[in-house]
Parts: sequence; structure tokens; C-alpha cells
Amino acid sequence: MSGVQLKFVRKTYPNGAEAIRGVDMDIKSGEMIVFVGPSGCGKSTLLRMVAGLESISGGDISIGDRVINDVSPSERDVAMVFQNYALYPHMSVRGNMSYGLKNRKLDKAEIEKRVNEAAKMLKIDQFLDRQPNQLSGGQRQRVAMGRAIVRNPQVFLFDEPLSNLDAKLRVQMRIEIKRLQRRMNVTSIYVTHDQTEAMTLADRLAVINDGLVEQMGAPMELYSNPKTLFVASFIGAPQINLIPVTFDGKTLNNGSLKLAGFKDLPENTDLVLGVRPDVMTQTTKGQLDMRVDLVEQHGGENLVYGALQGAVNDEGEELEICLKGDKALLPDLDAALRLSFDPATAFVFRKNTGERLL
Amino acid sequence: MNRSSIATHLILICGALFMTLPVWVAFATSTHAPETILREGLQIWPGGHFLETYNEVLFVEGGVMKKVTATTMLKNSLILGIGFAVGKVVISMLAAYAIVYFRFRLAVPLFWIIFMTLLLPLEVRIIPSYKVVADMGMLDTHAGLIIPLIASATGTFFFRQFFRSVPDELLEAARLDGATSWGFFIDILVPLSKTMIAAILIIMFVVGWNQYLWPLIMTTKEENYTLVIGIKQIYQVLNEGGELPQFQKAFALTILATLPPVLVVLIFQNWFVKGLVESEK
Repeated sequence: MSGVQLKFVRKTYPNGAEAIRGVDMDIKSGEMIVFVGPSGCGKSTLLRMVAGLESISGGDISIGDRVINDVSPSERDVAMVFQNYALYPHMSVRGNMSYGLKNRKLDKAEIEKRVNEAAKMLKIDQFLDRQPNQLSGGQRQRVAMGRAIVRNPQVFLFDEPLSNLDAKLRVQMRIEIKRLQRRMNVTSIYVTHDQTEAMTLADRLAVINDGLVEQMGAPMELYSNPKTLFVASFIGAPQINLIPVTFDGKTLNNGSLKLAGFKDLPENTDLVLGVRPDVMTQTTKGQLDMRVDLVEQHGGENLVYGALQGAVNDEGEELEICLKGDKALLPDLDAALRLSFDPATAFVFRKNTGERLL
Repeated sequence: MNRSSIATHLILICGALFMTLPVWVAFATSTHAPETILREGLQIWPGGHFLETYNEVLFVEGGVMKKVTATTMLKNSLILGIGFAVGKVVISMLAAYAIVYFRFRLAVPLFWIIFMTLLLPLEVRIIPSYKVVADMGMLDTHAGLIIPLIASATGTFFFRQFFRSVPDELLEAARLDGATSWGFFIDILVPLSKTMIAAILIIMFVVGWNQYLWPLIMTTKEENYTLVIGIKQIYQVLNEGGELPQFQKAFALTILATLPPVLVVLIFQNWFVKGLVESEK
């Protein structure tokens, strides 16, 4: 097994559009890295550059200690699982899984052995002679993974492999991918826009925004210690509450809202206060007032949405905030809730740069 | 059955009769003796000379032409039809593959230039084509008959549209699987285009079979005549020498000429319809 290094990798399209603007990354052998970011951020492009499906405009990508910039996709020793599975529709499951091996001129017995092993591992051995159109979405996804596994590659690449599956199957396959990756211990890069997938699968997470890695680290590290406003708002569901504020030396202010407990912040600059929905609690003595307009019951927990009183957002409208509580938290509509949070658990960002200050 | 459905059926029956009666009349007439035809004209009911006529047309030297039999002409027509269809499919698939998957310069203008040749029927270029074939010494050969006709804008266009609808991921998966350009074409694209190939083969076989003008100027020797040319020639031959005009043979030849395209369409109609409406991707 070998790791993957990206050194100041850039991608510029012929029309001048910059998709990747200099990415450095050191992926260790056997690690599972998830690229996460909004659509159009360049995460898929970066993955396809590792696969060799997109050319590299600048910088180096190496697998192990071999620079692979000019190596053809099939010789990079990577295998990819596509979002729409990309199974060959006219070949049986066996044909799909063995096609790459046949092109590598492996002998028949070896191909047979590898295909059977992979099929057993993925529990698709009873479908080996079926055509892809006779399989369900989940089974097709397994075949696509089987096709990657039989190749026994240095690196697995997953391009949003679960987004065509229904919610239940997605959770199931997510667990299975993780288990499989653990067991095979193959370096993997997984692209997704789903932050639950990202959080649960990743050994390390790379949050990509606008062609750059905003922050890379263990999922919980990114959750509890985001470096930028973007990372804080992207990681975590329900989303972090963001309140535009200014600092006057003593308190953070927005309209009639005054929050004490913060210091060492620049004055007279636009700041953003970030408070996770789960660090707030309902008390009689709190800093925030909320008027409830929706309660979502998720079974074990409830999410309460409402307008923050006394403060407005940038457009001058009511600020929607979210509170996460247990299932007993069931306020009436239009009820006024008083919320408190420990200022130490909140983040403060500079608004224009997104840089974290506290 | 209500009235409107009776009316519908009447219209359909009329249409069917309109289409099939001429063929039937040709068949019925071909089974009569030449004297009967000369005396009484076209025949609605079959006569008693079926075996005699068809045997003479198909197998007896001098039966239709001076030397060749309809079997030889049938063979020539089949070679033309099959060569024409297969050649067109092969050439247009390769052309479409190049246009869709190899992003070379001027690919798009080139495609439109190819496409524009649709506007130029064979008749427009028949003299230069004849000159080229004659200079290459290919007159009166099967190759000379087929090769100048196989470049196909229609086929290229159909395959281009089809290839463009094949998801890019298949190509990418194949590239990761180590398929070469040729491997991707043979292993993935050709099997995927199966039904499309069948549909185009059928259409092109019928078109090739029915070629008239090109074989007419390309072939000078009897043994290279196709059936369609044979039908045209038979009247001349039969009218020579002051004998009774052998109309039953002319009709028999016509029936023989319509049979293979009909059979091809009948046998392959499932594939044909699939190719036009279905795509399994």
C-alpha cells in the first residue's frame, strides 16, 4: 500500500477558469480521506486528477514515491467507483468485474479467483451471471465496488458513490464501505457533498472551497475547532447558528442584543458569532431570546427553529436560529424561549475574510 | 364491434389491399403461360405454370438473359446489398467514433461537412465517381460496385447521436480498466450499438438492394447484373427475335427481387424496432 501526495496541484481550464488553485496534501497509506464541499468547489475535479481523467495544469501528484502526472489512468494503479456506477450494460456482473483484469492480461484462473473472492466479500456471488439491468441500485453499487476491488489497487477513488441510493441503503452502504476499507486497508479518497457521509467515513476530512483546501483534519477536530467561517458552516448538522455582530470593547452587539463574555476582539469590524445548536440550553437566565416557529421531532432529539429576538441579519430581516434538545423539549408555537450558552463554546469569525478569531 | 371500429377496419383493409394487390397481381400473372397473359392481360388468380416459369428464370441458361440465370443476379444483388450495408455500418461507425471521442481540431466543422454531403445525391457525382472507378480499373467488379457507395453521412449522423448519448463515465471506467481506444470501441461501444447496427444494416441492405443507376452504369457484362438491372434488361431481351413477349418471366423476376428485402425486414423486425426506439444504457 502507498500514500498519495499532492504538491501545489493546480487545474486551469483552457478557457482560463481555475478549478483547483494550489492544493497540498499528504495522504498516508491506508488512510481514508474525504473531500467535502459545495457543488462546484473542485472536489470532483481533484479526485479525477488523481485518477488521471483530468490533466494536471501545475504541481505534482504522486502515488507512493512515483510522480504520476503523465502516467495513463490504467497504469496509475487506482480504481474508481462512479456516482452512476458506470457498469458496462451489456456485460454480466462477472464480465464487468473481470474486464479490467482481462485488459491487464492476467491468466484466467487468477481472474476467476479474484472475482469470486470479491463477489463473496460483497455478497454478490449469486448475481455473477446477471446483467446490470437486472440488479437493484444497491447491488449495482456493490458490483461497481467489486470492479474496483478485484483490481487490487494502491488507491480507491470514490466519486459520490452513494448519492443515487435511497436514504436507508445509503446508510447501510456507508457502513459497509467503511468496514471494507478498514479490512482491506487501502488508501482511499472519497468525494461527497453529504456532510454526514463525510463525518462518519473519514479518517481525515478535507473541506474544499473554491479550489482550495480550507481545512484538513479529523472530522471531530473540524467540528469542534474550525479554522474558518466556511468550515464551521459546512460541517455540522443542523448547521451552526451564525449571528452577525460587532464588538464595542465589552460586548458583542446586534440591535438590542448584547452578549458579554468575549474579549480580545477587534472593534468596529463586522464579525460573525457562531453557536452550535447543541451547545445552547433552555434556561430562565440566558443571553438569547427566541420565538419558536417550528419544532422538528427526530425521535431521539428535537430541533427547534425560531427567530432570534432583538437582532437582525444582514438584510435587516429576522434571524433564524436553531436549538437542539432532547425529545422532551416541545415548546408551543410562538412560545418565547430563553437560551444560554457558554461563550467559550462559541466561535467568532471576521466577516470579510472568514478567519476565526475566537 | 361498433361502427367506428368497422370504419377503421375498412380503411385499414383498403390500405392493405392497395399496398399488396399489385404484388399479388405480379405474382399471379407470373404463374401463367405467356399466351394467356398476351390474350387476357394481368391475372388475379394464380395459373398452373409456377414451377415452369420460376425454374426457367432461376436455373435455365438463356431463360431470362442470354447467358446468366436469375440465381446469378440474385447472388450479385446479395453481394451488393450486404456489402453496401456492412460497408456503410463499418465506415460510419468508425467515422462517428473518431468524431465523438477524439477531440481533434476541426472535428465539428468536419462533421458538418460530412453531414452536408447528404444534400448531394449519387446522381450529382455520378460522372466523377464513374471516372475514378474506371481509372482504377474497377468497372464490372463487385468492389467497384460497392466501395464508391459506402461512405454514409446518414449512418455517421445516427452513430454520432448514439455515441454522444453513451455516458462519459463508461469511457472513463474503461480507461481506468486499461482499455485501449480500439478495446473501448470493440468491447464497449460495438456491443452497446447492437440494436442500432441492426436497424442501420436493415435499412442499408434494402437501399443497397434497390440501387439502380449506379449498377446500371457500372456493369456492362451480363454476369455482373443485379436483379434490379435484370428487370430493366429483360424486356429488351425478351422482345428481341419476334417471339412471344415473356411477361411471366419479367413478373417472376420482380417477385424474386422483392423477396429478400421483405424477408430481411420480416426476420429482423424486432431488432429493427428496438434499434429505433430503445437504448439500454
